[in-house]
Amino acid sequence: MNCIIIDDEGTARAIIAQLCSNFQSLNVVEEFPNAIQAIKYLNQNEIDLIFLDIHMPDFTGFDFIDTLKRAPKIILTTSDPSAAIQAFEYSCIVDYLVKPISLERFKKAIDKAESVISVPEPKETTESVETTSDNHLYVNIDRRLIKIDIPNIYLIEAKGDYINVKTETQNYTVHSTLKKIEDKLPHDLFLKVHRSYIINIRKIIDIEDNSVLIKKDVIPVSRSNRPELMKRLNLL
Amino acid sequence: MEQPNLSYIESMSGGDKSFEKKIIDIVKKEFPEEVKTYRENSNSDNFKLMAENVHKLKHKISILGLEKSYDTATAFENDLFDGDISLKEEFESILNLMQNYLNEL
Repeated sequence: MNCIIIDDEGTARAIIAQLCSNFQSLNVVEEFPNAIQAIKYLNQNEIDLIFLDIHMPDFTGFDFIDTLKRAPKIILTTSDPSAAIQAFEYSCIVDYLVKPISLERFKKAIDKAESVISVPEPKETTESVETTSDNHLYVNIDRRLIKIDIPNIYLIEAKGDYINVKTETQNYTVHSTLKKIEDKLPHDLFLKVHRSYIINIRKIIDIEDNSVLIKKDVIPVSRSNRPELMKRLNLL
Repeated sequence: MEQPNLSYIESMSGGDKSFEKKIIDIVKKEFPEEVKTYRENSNSDNFKLMAENVHKLKHKISILGLEKSYDTATAFENDLFDGDISLKEEFESILNLMQNYLNEL
């Protein structure tokens, strides 16, 4: 789901963006400190979900919703529980989060949003990683099954509902999840180093504290995955 | 009196120190600006705008783990709509406590 965050408080925007980063299904495309800028953006772009503060100077969250001809789904984020009743008057509002927002409560809101938002099937790039055999796998792109040599893959990156499969010669965008492709890759060659990245450990050029360099890509390594990465390396 | 802490920020970060630093830096930047606006409105006895300022500051009070102070701020915000400033001194001592804490981070 493509999302935007509207909140006049930078702290709140940063926290909501961080909460979103825990969900592969969420892709924060823009953040706005006021509703006016967001309205301009929405006039030219379609998004699936808005995280919207109610109390903002000049233009409240409800004023903002009233200006939208076709409102996407909205999760209200506020320090004011008293506006919840008003929120029920809007069918586009799927949940109402009172700050400070916990990850558990945020997850419930995302579950609700996902249950009401049907993500359209992509027109040109369709589902998924189909088959594996010894040294290659097939991905379904534009209704064609395309063969990819597994050893040539050096990086797989999660991008919302898609994964980018990067090889020595070409990149492929596939409607699938990191988990699906991870299950189809040889575990001695590939390692998930971050919630959004799987790398081919033979393609690593160098490693710093919390990142690896593969080709020209600097990939973050999460703290929990670092010990396994270090274990896999042929260290002197 | 309860003390500010980073428990909430740490619970959000999942150990990501760069995120923790980012949030602290934003709070350090925004908090004095919000307090300044509050004090300006306080000096001119503009209770409605003061209530809005208190409302905004409440989020930072909660981010710094000050649960009881959050309740005080909520009560003060509601009182301000009735022109009641009896909690002003207590609220401003919370602001001072937060600023001192942020100065030490």
